[in-house]
Amino acid sequence: MQNRPEKLINDGIRLDGRGPDEIRPIKIEAGVLNRADGSCYIEWGGNKVLAAVYGPREAHPRHLQDSRKAIIKYRYNMASFSVEDRKRPGPDRRSVEISKVSRDALAPVLMLEYFPRSSIDIFVEILQADAGTRTTGITAASVALADAGIPMKNLVSAISVGKADGEVILDLIREEDNYGEADMPVAMITETGDITLLQMDGRITGEEFIKALNFAKKGCESVYKLQRRSLIEKYEKSCSD
Amino acid sequence: MREEVVIPGCFLGESVTAGEGTFVEENRVYSMVYGLVKRDKKEVEVIPLSGKYLPKAGDLVIGKVIESTFSMWIMDINSPYEGLLRLSNYPKRIEKEDMQKEMRVGEMVITRIKEVEFPMRINLAMDDRKCAVIREGVVIEITHTKIPRVIGKGGSMINLIKKKIGCNIFIGQNGRIWLSGSDEKIELAAETILKIEREAHANRLADRIDRFIRERKKGKGKNAK
Repeated sequence: MQNRPEKLINDGIRLDGRGPDEIRPIKIEAGVLNRADGSCYIEWGGNKVLAAVYGPREAHPRHLQDSRKAIIKYRYNMASFSVEDRKRPGPDRRSVEISKVSRDALAPVLMLEYFPRSSIDIFVEILQADAGTRTTGITAASVALADAGIPMKNLVSAISVGKADGEVILDLIREEDNYGEADMPVAMITETGDITLLQMDGRITGEEFIKALNFAKKGCESVYKLQRRSLIEKYEKSCSD
Repeated sequence: MREEVVIPGCFLGESVTAGEGTFVEENRVYSMVYGLVKRDKKEVEVIPLSGKYLPKAGDLVIGKVIESTFSMWIMDINSPYEGLLRLSNYPKRIEKEDMQKEMRVGEMVITRIKEVEFPMRINLAMDDRKCAVIREGVVIEITHTKIPRVIGKGGSMINLIKKKIGCNIFIGQNGRIWLSGSDEKIELAAETILKIEREAHANRLADRIDRFIRERKKGKGKNAK
């Protein structure tokens, strides 16, 4: 592991040259896997994430079936090569927690009552990690769900906010996450402003919290536009050739 | 003509009738799926670009027998749910011991969705003229959302294929298509239909398909000489 940089923010400029409320470059592509019902590949700064959606399909084991609605399965998994020190493969405490909160972050937009007794399976593979993988995963999964043709009320967008060197910042990179004061992933239904996930690690004041939330809202708006564009681009591509 | 693509949650209008693929919240109509908007005088609908087949009563589908129990056949109808064909819904009176003779596991059957009971129990029947066990030809599978493109406006596309190729085609609403005729005709028809699936949203699809069939026929003719 590298050592802590002396300063994370220099005159309002962050280590990678961004201002406090700027997001990293994001590239989203919908429909990248042929065998999945819906899929999405996203590159968000140093994060590279692949999301696949299968279903609705028969839920197994049977006792998990709900006769009134579909159930959601969400699997967040980090590849062993996704971080500097090899990540021991397989589920661990952290990934089980992230899978749970991510599933709950997407559930409010999914219209599950259309598919009783079935299961919607979401797989999120982190190929390369650089802070904010759970928010990147939720953003990708949301596009993959729409691509799979699953009835939804809206898309969910997610981004992280936090605090480093005493300043509130948007979309943290790894150094800011590791050595900063706080990290707060947020997922929301951008168009309505409803928050579907909010976690925090570290501490910030009430005022800073409000500021951070406004940053997150602004960030989600940019993310939402890119999500929408990726789906429209997929359709346009299918028309052109 | 460019069609209007929408993503889930897209606002479609106020005081219009909400058709399929949409939902209403506080009198405002929004899209529920990723798809293409279809507007009528009063109604707005969103045709999904992808998704699983949801059985609807009255649909003719092609099922595959996956199990034969003492009183019914269980069929895979290319959907999250299995279809059940009870002996009482079979047109012929047969003994339970003879069920295996009528329809064997693995065979394809044209069948009608009789009713959809809560919670998604699909009852099938063989009470349509077209219902039959498929014993010849080939069954291919495409995304069910592309079926309307294969049929075309008022059946224009499917009639074009039938006329130009001279192959018998039956289209199941669940995305399975039965082709019968000579091997050559089946092959060309299957290729054509898969091309329609791939290029479902291309401009002037009918012209492209017409040209494709003509070129392929010419190509084949040359090879034969």
